Amino acid sequence: MNRIKTILTDPLVLATVSILLLLGIGELLSPGFARGDQIIRLLVVSAILGMVAAGQSLVVIGGREGIDLSVGALISLGAVLAGNAMSGSDGGILPAILVAGGVTFVIGLINGLGVTLLRIPPLVMTLGMTGVVQGGLIVLSRGIPSGNAAPSLMGFVNRPLLLGLPGVLFLWALLGLGMWFLLRRTQLGYAIYAMGSNERAAVLTGLPVKLIRTLLYGFSGLLAGITGVVVIGYTGNSFVSVGDQYVLPSVIAVVIGGISLAGGSGNYLGVMLGAIALTLLQSVLTTLQLEFWGRQLIFGGVLLLLMLLYGRTKQLRV
Amino acid sequence: MNALGFLRSRLWLVTLSALIALFVVNWILQPNLVTPNVLKSNLSVFLPVILVAIGQTYVVLGGDIDLSVGSIVALVNVVTVSVIAALGGGVGGVLGGIAAGLVVGVACGLLNGALVALLRFQAIVTTFATGIIFGGLALLVLPTAGLPVPAEYWRTYGSSPLGLPVVLWVLLAALLIVALIAGRPFIKHLAAAGGLRTAAFQTGLKLAQIRILAYALCGLFAAFASLSLTGETASGDPLMGRTLALASISAVVLGGTALAGGSGSAFGSVLGALVLGMIGNVIFFAGLPFDYQTLIQGLITLLALAGGVLVARRN
Repeated sequence: MNRIKTILTDPLVLATVSILLLLGIGELLSPGFARGDQIIRLLVVSAILGMVAAGQSLVVIGGREGIDLSVGALISLGAVLAGNAMSGSDGGILPAILVAGGVTFVIGLINGLGVTLLRIPPLVMTLGMTGVVQGGLIVLSRGIPSGNAAPSLMGFVNRPLLLGLPGVLFLWALLGLGMWFLLRRTQLGYAIYAMGSNERAAVLTGLPVKLIRTLLYGFSGLLAGITGVVVIGYTGNSFVSVGDQYVLPSVIAVVIGGISLAGGSGNYLGVMLGAIALTLLQSVLTTLQLEFWGRQLIFGGVLLLLMLLYGRTKQLRV
Repeated sequence: MNALGFLRSRLWLVTLSALIALFVVNWILQPNLVTPNVLKSNLSVFLPVILVAIGQTYVVLGGDIDLSVGSIVALVNVVTVSVIAALGGGVGGVLGGIAAGLVVGVACGLLNGALVALLRFQAIVTTFATGIIFGGLALLVLPTAGLPVPAEYWRTYGSSPLGLPVVLWVLLAALLIVALIAGRPFIKHLAAAGGLRTAAFQTGLKLAQIRILAYALCGLFAAFASLSLTGETASGDPLMGRTLALASISAVVLGGTALAGGSGSAFGSVLGALVLGMIGNVIFFAGLPFDYQTLIQGLITLLALAGGVLVARRN
C-alpha cells in the first residue's frame, strides 16, 4: 500500500499521468487538440516556460529560501535588448544573444551578491531588482514596443528544423541534458544539493557556498535573458512587460516538478514535465471556452490539489 | 558597536529617522505639504498600503507570507458594493455591505490559514493559488468595473467628524487595534511560532491555531484597506489592489520585520509603508524626467530594503 502511494505521489509519475490525462480531456473537448502540429506548438510554449524554470530550479535547489522573482523583468529586458540589437536582421542574432545574456547574467550576479554578501532575503532582493529593471526598461524603450526579431530566429522558434520539430525544442532538450549533467555528474552539482539540504555542513566541509550561490543567481538571470531572446523569436517583437506572465508559473513548474521550495532536492526532468503539464492545463482551460473567472478558479484549484499531493511540508515532531 | 546594537533592537528608530528625513525633503520640494488638505490627501493615498502592511506583519511574524492580499482587497470591494446595491443603498445598505466585506476578508484569511497551518501547504505557492481563486471570484461577482456606491458612503469617508478627517480616524483605530494586539500573549506566541517553530511546538503551543489567527487578521486588515479604497474610488473594481501584496511585503521589511519570521512589529510596518509612499512623493516633486522616475524609485526602494536588512542583521 505504501509502495503504491510512493509511486503515485512521485512527481515524475504524477506529471506524466497529468499530461496524458490533459491531452485526453483536450482531445475529447475539441477533436484535433492532440494532433501532432498542435502538440508541437504546445511544446514550444512549454519550452519557453521550461527555460526560465531551469534557472529557477537551480536557485531553489541551492536552498536558503532561494527564489528568483526577477526572472520576468529579466525576460523582458533580454527581449528588448535582443530586439534592438537585431532590429530584424540575421547578422544581429549573435550580438543579440551576447548582449541579452551578458547583461542579464550580470544583473543575476548582483542579485546573488545581495543575497550572499548583504544577506538580503532572496524574495526581497529579487523583488527589489524587479522594480529596478522595470524602471530601466522604461528608460531604455520609453514604454513603447521596440526592436524586431530576425527572420532566422523566428524560424528557429516557430518552423520545423529537423524531424518536423522546431529548433527551439532541440535547444530545450540540450538544456535538459546540460542540467542533468551539471546536477548529477559534476562536483558543482553535488555542492548545490549539499548546500541546499544542509548549509552549515556544506560550509564546514569547505565548500565556497557564497560563490556558488552567487553563480546560481547569475545562471538564473542568464537563462531568463536567453528565454527573452526566444520570446522575441516567438512573438516577433517585444514590449516592456512581455516577461511578467512567466514569474509565478516558473515557480509553480518547479513545485509541480517535485523540487521542494525548502531546497536540496529534486531534478530538472520533473520541472520539464511540470512545464508541459502547466502549459497543457492552461491550453485545456482556454479550449473549454470558460469565462476568465472560471479558468482562474480551476487553475487555482488544480494548484491547490497539486500542493495536497506533494507540496506539503514535514509534520513537526516532539 | 554598542550604538549599532542599540539600533538593532529598535529598528523602527532607523525607519522613523528615514521617514523624518524624507518628510523634510518633501516639504522643501513641495512647500504646501503641511496644510490640512495636502496631508489628508497624502494619507488617503498611503492608507490602503498601511492597513495591508499591518495585516501582512502578523503573517510574516509567524514565519509565513500572504501573496493573496491584493485579491482579497478586490473581492471585499466587489462584495461590498454588490451587497450595498442588493440592499437598495441607504445607511442600512452601506452598513450591510461593510459587514459582508469584513466577513469575506476574514473568511479568505481563515481559508489561507487552514491550508497553510492545518494541511501544511507551502505558504508562497498556496497564497498565490488562493489569490488566483479570490481574483476569479471577484470577477464572478462583478465582471467589469462600475456599480457606484451611494453618496452616504464616500461623503462620510471624505468628511471630518470632530475636526479630524475620517482617514485619520481609520488610521488611529488601526493603531489602537495594533496596540491592543501587541499587549496580548498571542503576539509572543506568534513570534515563537515564526522564530523557533519546532521549539514552540515542543513547548505545547497550539501552532496551527496561532498561525490561522494571524492569517485571519491579515484578511481583516485587507478588508479594512478595501473599504478605505472603496471610499476613495466610490465604485466597484474586480482588478483593484493588484500591487498591494508586493507593496505590503516591502513595507513590512522596511519596518524591520524579519521575513524569516520571529521578530518585528506592526508599528514598524506602518512606518515602512509611510517611507515607501514618501519616496514616491519626493521623486514626483523632484522634477525628474518622467522616464526616469520608475528607475529611481526602484533603486531607492532596493537600497532602502538592503539598508534595513543590513541594520537588522544579527550574527
